[in-house]
Amino acid sequence: MAETTVAKKSIKFVITRQDKPDSQPYKETFEIPYRPNMNVISALMEIQRNPVKDDGNKTSPVCWDSNCLEEVCGACSMVINGKPRQACTALIDKLEQPIRLEPMRTFPVVRDLVINRDRMFNALKRVKAWIPIDGTYDLGPGPRMKETKRQWAYELSKCMTCGVCLESCPNVNERNTFIGPAAISQVRLFNAHPTGEMNMEERLETLMSDGGIEGCGNSQNCVRACPKGIPLTTSIAAINKDTTKHMFKQWLGM
Amino acid sequence: MKGNSYLSRKLHSLLGVIPLSLFIITHALTNFSAVEGGSERFKAAVGFINGLPLVNVLELFGIFIPLIFHGVYGLYIAYQSNLNTGQFSYGRNWAFALQRISGVITFIFVFWHVYQTRFQVAIGGITHDQLGMTMHNIATNPLFFTLYVIGVLASTFHFANGMWAFLVSWGITVSPRAQRVSSYIWMVVFVLVSAMFLMSLSAFRGDEFKEAAAALDAIRTIV
Repeated sequence: MAETTVAKKSIKFVITRQDKPDSQPYKETFEIPYRPNMNVISALMEIQRNPVKDDGNKTSPVCWDSNCLEEVCGACSMVINGKPRQACTALIDKLEQPIRLEPMRTFPVVRDLVINRDRMFNALKRVKAWIPIDGTYDLGPGPRMKETKRQWAYELSKCMTCGVCLESCPNVNERNTFIGPAAISQVRLFNAHPTGEMNMEERLETLMSDGGIEGCGNSQNCVRACPKGIPLTTSIAAINKDTTKHMFKQWLGM
Repeated sequence: MKGNSYLSRKLHSLLGVIPLSLFIITHALTNFSAVEGGSERFKAAVGFINGLPLVNVLELFGIFIPLIFHGVYGLYIAYQSNLNTGQFSYGRNWAFALQRISGVITFIFVFWHVYQTRFQVAIGGITHDQLGMTMHNIATNPLFFTLYVIGVLASTFHFANGMWAFLVSWGITVSPRAQRVSSYIWMVVFVLVSAMFLMSLSAFRGDEFKEAAAALDAIRTIV
């Protein structure tokens, strides 16, 4: 029987690694066998199974964060070929090789590709991105939301706190106190809700204090980077309008 | 910066429009008199501005104090920003980066330009009537002319793009469409105002400004 030799396809990775939060990052190159329909997560799993660099030397398995694997949890965000995005929806067939993986350095790096997104969750706590309905008695049903409003508010609710907008923003850095686009859009979402609206001023005042909305420089990278297509710059402009109005109301005592 | 940074940013943004944007338009119009009517019209325009009542008060509170706050706080804002156009080369991100770069250039240019003109008047080196001559000397120096063209383009871009950003930051243009239309309008304003400044700058190269200078020198030597 004639022997057929099929060229074994492989995938090349250059991964920026870091052992400890305060240690120096370094790069390692990997070459792993190709399988159809792979994504960056399944490729990282392959490296985890056989942590050998392309020069044949063994190394420690690469660490990463992931959960849902369907782009709704935001945990696997990393910088892939220079752009922040989710590793689960980064399909190998659509990526240029070698595939460069880096952590999102806007956030503290825990290890390799794992980052700490605490600042985002703290921002949501600061702006009270929830609807307070707890009480000592049944408050009854709240007011209804207009359908047209519900439709755009639903888009805002798709935010998964993944951090891609903060990573792409030139004003989210250690010299700037900007809260970031995600939390501002959530203020718009909860202020749009008929019950959430009752705490509107409180949320606006938080954004009008230090480390609020003031740091936005209108680079509009966030809206281009958002994997969920959330109209972040519209949210920021709408909240600019609301905070401006609130500022004048405060001054005039209206 | 101490105090509430929201209010500082809002003040910085407002001063960019009132009075600084109004000032830059007034300045472009005054200069343009040199294109329309040459040396005499320019002298008359300068004379009109300096004949305004309380001109020193207007200058201090309408120009110098707002300019210093906007400039110094603006440098702080520029310091707080990263430039990531290499990674995200979108038009608006370029405008964001250029807004900061042009701001720094404008800061230096305005400082130098005020030194060459208003400051010389203040220390008595020249009179208001000799400003045309001063500009003639600047505009005919190839190095100064090039630096002035760069300074004028930077200032005008900073003004036009700053107006776009002001409308967003105060929540006037909210929807993507409004912001897009606004960006077209301010781009046209940038081209028109730059053209006015550059035409004036080349008008100052004309011989009549030199002759005026020579005549004045002649009078001086006689006196």
